[in-house]
Amino acid sequence: MKKYIWPSVKLTLFMVLVLAVLYPSLIAAVGKAAPGKGKGETLSVNGVVVGYENVGQRFTEDKYFNGRPSAVDYNAAGSAGSNKGISNPDYQKTVQERIDSFLAHNPGVQKEDIPAELVTASGSGLDPDISPAAAMIQVKRIAATRRLPEHRLQTLIADQTHRPLLGFAGPEKVNVLKLNIALDTLK
Amino acid sequence: MNSEIPGVVCTFIITLAIAFPLGIYIAKVLQGERTITDFLNPAERFIYRICGIDPHQEMNWKQHMAALLSINLVWVIYAFLILLFQSHLPLNPDGNPDMTPDLAFNTAISFLVNCNLQHYSGESGITYFSQLCVVTFLQFVSAATGVAAVAVLFRAFAEKTTEKLGNFFVFFTRAITRILLPLSIIMAIILVFNGTPASFDGKDSIVTLQGDSVQVSRGPAAGMIAIKHLGTNGGGWFGTNSAHPLENPNYLTNMTEIIAQVIIPMALIFAFGFFIRRKKLGYVIFGVMTAGMLTLMIPAMITELSGNPVLHHIGLKDAAAMEGKEVRIGVAASAYWQVMTTIISTGSVNSMHDSSMPLSGAMQMLGMMTNCFYGGKGVGLLNYFIFLIIAVFISGLMVGRTPEFMGRKVEAREMKIAAIIALFHPFLILVGTALSAYFAAHHPQIGWAVQPASWFNNPSNHGFSEMLYEYTSSSANNGSGFEGLTDNNIFWNISTGIIMILGRFIPIIGPVAIAGILAKKKYIPESAGTLQTDTVTFGIMTYAVIMIIAALAFFPALTLGPIAEHFISY
Repeated sequence: MKKYIWPSVKLTLFMVLVLAVLYPSLIAAVGKAAPGKGKGETLSVNGVVVGYENVGQRFTEDKYFNGRPSAVDYNAAGSAGSNKGISNPDYQKTVQERIDSFLAHNPGVQKEDIPAELVTASGSGLDPDISPAAAMIQVKRIAATRRLPEHRLQTLIADQTHRPLLGFAGPEKVNVLKLNIALDTLK
Repeated sequence: MNSEIPGVVCTFIITLAIAFPLGIYIAKVLQGERTITDFLNPAERFIYRICGIDPHQEMNWKQHMAALLSINLVWVIYAFLILLFQSHLPLNPDGNPDMTPDLAFNTAISFLVNCNLQHYSGESGITYFSQLCVVTFLQFVSAATGVAAVAVLFRAFAEKTTEKLGNFFVFFTRAITRILLPLSIIMAIILVFNGTPASFDGKDSIVTLQGDSVQVSRGPAAGMIAIKHLGTNGGGWFGTNSAHPLENPNYLTNMTEIIAQVIIPMALIFAFGFFIRRKKLGYVIFGVMTAGMLTLMIPAMITELSGNPVLHHIGLKDAAAMEGKEVRIGVAASAYWQVMTTIISTGSVNSMHDSSMPLSGAMQMLGMMTNCFYGGKGVGLLNYFIFLIIAVFISGLMVGRTPEFMGRKVEAREMKIAAIIALFHPFLILVGTALSAYFAAHHPQIGWAVQPASWFNNPSNHGFSEMLYEYTSSSANNGSGFEGLTDNNIFWNISTGIIMILGRFIPIIGPVAIAGILAKKKYIPESAGTLQTDTVTFGIMTYAVIMIIAALAFFPALTLGPIAEHFISY
């Protein structure tokens, strides 16, 4: 083995230079041409950054469309899922509490109509999206809070809905932050 | 829901469409034939010259293994030292601390062996310097090590009787310059244009629309996320890996990442067939592996798509199994990823496996227990080769002929090695799980920093699954986890560290040794009495051997974990 050690050391140093220095620098340089300059795409309101398009944030107020439950309360410096198994009694209790809370905030909604994603924690704790159905079910509450007609909110959701990739691949989704920014502009 | 299944089918078709031509290309690269990347020749000659490598020196299998172990030894020391002192090194805008010695031990081994089990969280436990110089670097070189090891197998069966099996450093270098690095650059650019960060800026502080102050972790992640998939490594930049919306921003990147991790393992199977000029054998192996993949994929897909029984029980109409999953990815693409990432030893995740349905959890574990359906970079085919040799031996006994594979007699010595390797993987998993279960059951309050009683995020059978999964993932060098387990403590860092390193090198040395020994033997031309190994019948035989060994070894453990949980929950 001894005769291979020295070439190994030299090859290692060379590869560190190529793979850990040149390669990431190249990608960072190319990234400058990408949207957000490779730093992550931000969204602004009146010139002030209010968040990252791809990083979900906490919406708990009734006047906003709420996102999904998060195991880390949308801490974008420490992502995590709940890692709860379905047989865990604590988990079953948590889900029931989320349902009760949702019903309390959304009078008139029937329990069985609540979409699953609104009572289950996301994988990252930072899920930026909800499905169109999960937005629609909140329309009544927001219309009442903001005194807006429901059909305008429904149109807004339709406008903000991302179709599946190429029309057939993957789920439909609505970015909650974008939706709420657009919601704030409705008069 | 209607657009989810087509997305998955489309993903598999694209994977196959890329893997086949890539296989032709990889065969040529390893043979040293002319390819479109020949403009790299001068660069490679330069590398050999400054490193003092003679590219024309042919090695036998022992020299190959000596070179492989030497360079791996250099890497593990290098990685361990950097992780231990990372807070004193540059590129640490977030001010993250040094790793503790046990965590650095675990992490250095984990990335060295292509496992990428992570007992730290990317946002708070590692610096940008370590992410690049340790993690990204090892992701490239550990993948190239796997390719270089399987190349020995290729060479052993390409010629009639030979001891000259190519040069380890040449295989290794070409795997990086001509396969991994070019593909990584393409993929990283796709990611960065879809929203994955690539700049060196540290955390950003913002005030959200609702008025909360939050910090957002970032970093030069795109390059690392590319190689983590292409190299079947799987370690995430962020804590939640590819479930994180910056690591995997949309459905297109999700497809790209899941395609990227499967193409090279699949391409290597085709490359094997082309290299040894027995294409049909390559196709039969591919067929068996695909059948194995479907055996796990179909039950996992059905159980995930049929929803979460807790929500059914409460009475929701939409009871989709969304716990631990992301809306932009959806249930079907998450289930597809869960199975793929466990059969091919990547171990990156786009959903939290700990929260998947019990039966799909069982399929994930079985994927790692068999560990050869497509399999990891290089090592998947090496594992498969062990089962192939066992199948040859058993078939030989059944029909009353001397077992032969590709014109060489399979004799006692090779069979002993094959049997040891086949039993070693279950041995590591079950002994590890038994040990941890012993402490959890008999010494739950032992005076450790983290007591065994507080290891688990879930009680009962699911808690057992968390331990079983952790050791299965370690031994299979997979790296995914039931992440509820509290694993950053001395017991888990050391025990999984030891299992990872044994689970890497023994299953590489064993099959390479068999190939080397067989290659040296006298070549017997095929005759009417030869057992044909490139037939469907023999493929079914191999499949049966794999499944029977897995069932005998693991069924009891799986019964205590996910299978029991399934019957409790439904």
